[in-house]
Amino acid sequence: MKAVDFDYQRPAGLSETCALLAEGGGEAKIIAGGQTLVPLLVMRLARPALLIDINRIAELQGIAESGDAVEIRACTSQARALADRVVRRRLPLLAKALSFVGHAQTRNRGTIGGSLANADPAAEIGLAALALDAELSSRSARGARTIAIGQFFVSPLVTALAAEECLTAVRFPAWRADGRIGSGFQETSIRRSDFALVAAAAQLALDKSGVCTRIAISLGGAGATPVRLTAVEQALVGGKLGDGALATAEKLAQDNLDASGDIHASAAHRRRIAGALVARAVAEARDAALAEPA
Amino acid sequence: MSQHPVTLTVNGETRSADVPARLTLVDFLRETLNLTGTHAGCEHGVCGACTVLMDGEPVRSCLLFAVQADGAQIVTVEGLAPDAEGLSVLQDSFCEVHALQCGFCTPGMLIAAHALLTRNPDPSDADIREAIGGNLCRCTGYKQIVEAVALAARRLRGANEPAPRERSHGG
Repeated sequence: MKAVDFDYQRPAGLSETCALLAEGGGEAKIIAGGQTLVPLLVMRLARPALLIDINRIAELQGIAESGDAVEIRACTSQARALADRVVRRRLPLLAKALSFVGHAQTRNRGTIGGSLANADPAAEIGLAALALDAELSSRSARGARTIAIGQFFVSPLVTALAAEECLTAVRFPAWRADGRIGSGFQETSIRRSDFALVAAAAQLALDKSGVCTRIAISLGGAGATPVRLTAVEQALVGGKLGDGALATAEKLAQDNLDASGDIHASAAHRRRIAGALVARAVAEARDAALAEPA
Repeated sequence: MSQHPVTLTVNGETRSADVPARLTLVDFLRETLNLTGTHAGCEHGVCGACTVLMDGEPVRSCLLFAVQADGAQIVTVEGLAPDAEGLSVLQDSFCEVHALQCGFCTPGMLIAAHALLTRNPDPSDADIREAIGGNLCRCTGYKQIVEAVALAARRLRGANEPAPRERSHGG
């Protein structure tokens, strides 16, 4: 299997990238780490006339910490983010999610922005970003804009980005230190590191008495896009997270889920997995929060 | 067909060529440079047989076009041995415990394990399994491969210990 012939450009910066994208119309495609795009090219499911390699653009690399957010630039590799001290300290949910992403070989090339822009419904990075209310920055020849993660995923492999737009960074707003914060990430796949049949992410804050003051739960792999489980969040916030609360979370997650079936798992099976994983992710996040100094 | 000049370092040697953009790194290594030690298996990033080191880190050379690797340092399985005749400690350990049968996955396994041992001289079995998790083997059931990597790690750690003092004769 060999890709159809294409042209290749490696622009030095973002302005040049945007100019090439604008010129190329729909025929130009960005390549970053290429860990999903290259299989699509060699299987000839994608046939762009031009590949624009943005992987070495300096302004698309790096992780920056500020008081109210952590920003990861689009071409930062998944391996680099996973090993990063700021990510581990400030974004433990993302760190947990990243350990499920592909294998060492693919994390070394695969990028944070590439996974988001690819919008696979089972992808872990998008799931963490959705739970953490991330904001995405993009650039095109017409200017820059910010997209809330809740508006970003449209359908499988389709995002709010236009063909001539380039994702430049993802910003994770800090959770205010209102108590002890913990996170959990759970996934079921046929083999480890395969695509998730279902994956669940949770981050929560507990006050001194163990009452949940804030919670975010997202679920991926079950439907067309990752989803926030607002009904479960609303049911859990304001209470303690004992066995009763976990049972409620499991039931609500199953009942409210629009799951789809395929050769790997039926919709009913995915719903059952989803319920179990949501309860486990919440329990993992709770235990992580309780382990924090009060 | 769009042609692009590339220059990269492969196993310590500088290699230059004009390549079509669509030529993958694995095809460049095997067909342009005749380094056929790197195996092309699934050619879409599933099996790991084509794993090489790029700037010190394991990557799948079928998921990379040669033009993207312009300027990179590549190490293939041919670059692991200390000389043309010999084997590295890791390669020898694979022979020692029969960690290969058909041998198709072996180059990728060796590179992935080599990368692990470079940064972790004392890996647990779980570390080893994680490091070769992206490499499929259809013969061994993986057990001997994990044993071989653990054996190589032990041998390599031993190599860094001071030699035992010679026993004195006759007191």
